[in-house]
Amino acid sequence: MSHGFCSLIFGRLDVESLDFLKAFFHPGLNDIILSGAAWVVIVGAAVTAALLTWFRLWGPMWSKWLISVDHKRIGVMYIVLALIMLVRGALEGVVMRAQQADGLHGGFLSADHFAQLFSTHGTIMIFFMAMPFLTGLINIVVPLQIGARDVSFPMLNSLSLGLTVSGAMLVMISLVIGDFSTGGWSAYPPYTEPNFQPGVGPDYWIWAVTLAGLGSTLTGINFVVTIFKERAPGMSFLRMPIFTWNALCTSLLLVFAMPPLTVAALMLAADRYLGFHFFTNALGGNMMNYANLFWQFGHPEVYILVLPSFGIYGEVISTYSGKRLYGYVTLVIATMAIGFLSFGVWLHHFFTMGQDADVNAVFGIATMLIGIPTGVKVYDWMATMFRGRIRFSVPMVYALAFMVLFVLGGLTGILLANPPVDFQVHNTLFLVAHFHNMLIPGTLFGLFAGYTYWFPKVFGFRLNDRWGYIAAFNWIVGFVLSFMPLYAVGLMGLTRRAVSYTNPAFEPWLHVAGVGAIFITAALVSMCVQLYVSIRDRELTRDIGGDPWDARTLEWATPSPVPAYNFPVIPHIHALEAFAVAKGAGLGYQEPVSYSDIHLPGDTYIGVITAVFGTALGVGLVWYMWWLAWLAFAVIAVSLIARAVLGDRHPVTIPAAEIKRKYRAWLEVVRATAPVTRALEWDYRNHGVAAAEYTKEAAE
Amino acid sequence: MNIVVRPHGLTWVAGHDHDHDRIATTLSGFWLFMMSDLIIFGLMFATYVTMLTPESFAGGPTPKELFELPGAAMETAALLTSTFTFGMASLAIKYDRGLSKVMLWLLVTLALGVVFLALEAREFTYMLAEGAVPQRSGFLSAFFGLVPLHGTHVTAGVIWLVIMLIELNRTGLTGPASSRIARLALFWHFLDLIWVGIFSVVYLGGIA
Ligand code: HEM
Ligand SMILES: [Cu+2]
Repeated sequence: MSHGFCSLIFGRLDVESLDFLKAFFHPGLNDIILSGAAWVVIVGAAVTAALLTWFRLWGPMWSKWLISVDHKRIGVMYIVLALIMLVRGALEGVVMRAQQADGLHGGFLSADHFAQLFSTHGTIMIFFMAMPFLTGLINIVVPLQIGARDVSFPMLNSLSLGLTVSGAMLVMISLVIGDFSTGGWSAYPPYTEPNFQPGVGPDYWIWAVTLAGLGSTLTGINFVVTIFKERAPGMSFLRMPIFTWNALCTSLLLVFAMPPLTVAALMLAADRYLGFHFFTNALGGNMMNYANLFWQFGHPEVYILVLPSFGIYGEVISTYSGKRLYGYVTLVIATMAIGFLSFGVWLHHFFTMGQDADVNAVFGIATMLIGIPTGVKVYDWMATMFRGRIRFSVPMVYALAFMVLFVLGGLTGILLANPPVDFQVHNTLFLVAHFHNMLIPGTLFGLFAGYTYWFPKVFGFRLNDRWGYIAAFNWIVGFVLSFMPLYAVGLMGLTRRAVSYTNPAFEPWLHVAGVGAIFITAALVSMCVQLYVSIRDRELTRDIGGDPWDARTLEWATPSPVPAYNFPVIPHIHALEAFAVAKGAGLGYQEPVSYSDIHLPGDTYIGVITAVFGTALGVGLVWYMWWLAWLAFAVIAVSLIARAVLGDRHPVTIPAAEIKRKYRAWLEVVRATAPVTRALEWDYRNHGVAAAEYTKEAAE
Repeated sequence: MNIVVRPHGLTWVAGHDHDHDRIATTLSGFWLFMMSDLIIFGLMFATYVTMLTPESFAGGPTPKELFELPGAAMETAALLTSTFTFGMASLAIKYDRGLSKVMLWLLVTLALGVVFLALEAREFTYMLAEGAVPQRSGFLSAFFGLVPLHGTHVTAGVIWLVIMLIELNRTGLTGPASSRIARLALFWHFLDLIWVGIFSVVYLGGIA
């Protein structure tokens, strides 16, 4: 009886599944690493909670952040999540590099542990690092760039964040309780079917990805509507900054590419939970359906990841070259073309799975076509720099590294788009080298550039340059050392996802890659130090004027940090790069003729409720604690319905007089602040007011 | 002095602060949501079609053996009529025919929706009793992935209708309520369209 009762409450959870105890039962290096990681999560959570209590920060965190619907704060929360997950994901990459460096005839990890590492690493990097990071930047920047008060659906925005957080929580919990999937980030059946992997691993993957995927779909909807409907008067489509264009394309991809993933994951769940036969070997299942569904999401996904960074590079290159973006219209067309084409190439992810050679040829050619708009972009960026007054700021360093490395990765991509070549290097480390070559310079560096570039806008002070350069240097060197050797060992035939190998010829290359991993660790440390130093020195680097880089787009026309209502009155736009044009005419800081009251949406508990009960729902489903799953589902459903019926019960109105007073006070401070030239922008004298030095050329 | 009033870049003028149309914004968000839902259905249809092969029947029942036209026709009739009655409710709103007319048409719609669900449940019960369970074959998995997914959507629509009716009863046809009905109408007609697809592909296609 008591056993039955226990399993009613705890489902299939038992003491054996507690990872943090494993080291005490089987004290070997492998289990010590496993339990160690679990303890890092536990201690990390405990220390965070203790610090919040000690500094009495629970209250402010709750009222200013967790229940806020301010798009900038939601954006920051996304990025905090992304950075935490980045640390975990990157360190897992480092551990895998160490394992392979040591992996001739063995290494220190068990095969199963290694398999969990590449599965969580891939899943985290894609869904819980890159996606939240770019969603965060889009959240912060897009409404400001189009002159909007807010996003179209602020409550939905908080809901999306809650869903993303609950997915991430599930992946974190899998480190402490039970195993994660060993089926890779793509979770291919039939290997993820119960007869091959009976445990909880694939279930963690399924629910983490489903929750986060729903959040992303909703984010996509929110930003498509925001960009269509909330633009300031005069902000026509062809006056939208390039980052916003890329965000629009990414949002459209989210709306149309996330559903296939949701469908694939839920079908896999039906197979696992209910004994369906969508993808099984027996009784008429068809695994190829999964491959098709997954990559109909998976290929557009890589453009979801890369387009926002393309947008960031566009802004960064034009700002730090002091020139307007060259070929703006072609860039817009190229962006949309990439988005469109990305839906037509998914099959190149399984050239080797036995379809007709003609089908392969069609998809191979379609794949190569994407190189054209991408090439257009690279030329436009180069032409923007041509004859510019380039400053080698930290974001610019990332942009330049990107341009060199990304082209290289693109070339190896063209190689892979060739089915005969793909047959040779398929599933080797050549492929791993290729996609990291696209993802690290293409996505990650762009996100870092954006992080550095917009940081003062959000927090009101600049990031430390010196540590920024050190971090960038470590990232670039670390990437090159870690991944270039993989092209070589891939061509020599080392397959991906291999825990060890027997050919001694691989070893020197993997040692070099291991050294690269040390640089990557140093990069992570430098970024932490940078944040610490920047916060410590924040009084010296205050961004009072809100325009520390003499930038061109509308977000820089606001004070830093931006007030909740973004703009004192909604600006009217009369030109592309309106702010640069206004500055050129000496009209960068104008006083509005009159003010009116501003209405803002009120706080909401929906985000917190979904984060907490979404996690509970996932845990319930993973561990077969049905009561918990039903309870959590009911709580979420009831609160959503209640919110829909009751509406926003605490909207905020800010009186015109108050806005006027604040804005005037700011204008006065700005006028009293000494402007700096671009040459001094890294200096302590830079307080965010750009000198009129180059205004003429800006106006052109 | 000759002042050229040419606006430079941007101008700050109060008063244009978001008098824009909230209802239209919400509606377009809902359209997008339905487009992504449509993709889900499209993929389920595609999966179903690829599973219409002897390998996927896996020796189990085939569509020809399973489906009967009369049952499916009755379900179709109920759902199509409910779309018509919803249309009548929308017209009643448009031409100000009064709250009670609107609620009456919505009530009829609700009843037809429930009838549809009941008929569908009956069909599934028969199938399950005959051993045509989703665990039997890939084909049946695909069937039970597609058709009940539509049924779940109809259930959600029915719940939404109930909430809508309660709200109408409380507040009348205020701004938010009528915009919500517009979205529900869209959703309901959308489900009808999907059903036409299911009827043609699954039932007619299966029997033919
Ligand atoms: C930060 C430094 C990084 C390191 C050291 C690293 C290292 C690795 C290693 C060793 C593997 C396993 C290769 C194998 O299977 O043999 C891997 C796989 C993978 N990585 Fe990374 N990586 C890093 C960053 C990233 C980033 C930024 C992303 C994506 C945005 C990413 C996405 C992936 C994916 C999707 C896989 C495939 C997982 C699978 O096989 O299912 N990685 N990485
Ligand atoms: Cu692809």
